[in-house]
Amino acid sequence: MMAAIIFIFSVAALMQFFVSYCRSLIAASARRALSSDVQDVIGIRRGASGEDFDRVMQYLHLCQDRREDRNGIKAIGAYFRLLGAVGTIMGKLLPSLQVWTESERSQCAYFAAVALDRRIAHNRDMFAEQMSA
Amino acid sequence: MVCSLIRAPLRRYFTLNLYMVMSVLVSAGRYVEFSRHGLTSSEYVYFYYYSDAILTICLYFALMGLYAIVFEELEVTMRLRVFMMLLLIGTTLFSYSVVHQSESRMLTRYVIEISQNLYFVGLILTYVLWAALLKLRESRVRVIQIVLSLGMYFSINAASYALRNAYPDLRFVWAFLPPAAGMFLPVAWIYAFMRFDDEARLAPSRLAAVPR
Repeated sequence: MMAAIIFIFSVAALMQFFVSYCRSLIAASARRALSSDVQDVIGIRRGASGEDFDRVMQYLHLCQDRREDRNGIKAIGAYFRLLGAVGTIMGKLLPSLQVWTESERSQCAYFAAVALDRRIAHNRDMFAEQMSA
Repeated sequence: MVCSLIRAPLRRYFTLNLYMVMSVLVSAGRYVEFSRHGLTSSEYVYFYYYSDAILTICLYFALMGLYAIVFEELEVTMRLRVFMMLLLIGTTLFSYSVVHQSESRMLTRYVIEISQNLYFVGLILTYVLWAALLKLRESRVRVIQIVLSLGMYFSINAASYALRNAYPDLRFVWAFLPPAAGMFLPVAWIYAFMRFDDEARLAPSRLAAVPR
């Protein structure tokens, strides 16, 4: 009985901590503006939508991996899928939840776009260093 | 720990560094026991679980350090430390009293029972700290991320020990969760130290799931 209570409470707390952790990652990159090059490539100007996420992730995988943002991207990818599942399962019953999950998914897409921007800038710096060497 | 020393003053995050040092020492000790006695030996099993309990107590100290950082302006740190130490002693005595009723294989049951309870109390304390962060509108990204990752670590471990207590046969589930959580915690802390400086801030309203 005690173990069951601890298990249920722990899983509920884990979900809440995970959502807040992902939101803290997203919030840290939300204020950063995208460079015009990245805006042109991925077609996102100011706000992204949830449907952009997979496309941006494909671009992201084409760029050279950066150790600093690898775990953040994985966490946000898991958060995006979780939101998709919650939106699909619960969205018809609670329309406000559907709106919330879609808004979160669009912020995930913007996070991925910011990560792409950073990777492209990093690759350019490396290329410039190689050319000057 | 190296990242913390590079990116922040030692004294400010001393308890986190202490935990990381203990974690390295315990891992080395586990390796020695493993290579001497083997994975299934009782020596290794006992060393593993008792060192895990010691590491959890070190995490309590890390949590105390985080409480001190969050409440540093309210000057209630000493009272919080006394309260947390009493809670720690209470948890240990409670676990002992639960297991004391069944004498058979007492030591094995005790280590699992105490680990489950220690992680659960750690989770409650982290949850209270998280609520305080939201209430006080704490905006330092580094502190927020360290607290949230600690919360996830405690939740995963408390859940896996509870699952183990309830369903000992589901080894394939609970056996992999603590090592995964153990890898996640240092990675999340490294990210928090290297990616953000001590004064990086965000709007606390962005963290609550329901917009404020």
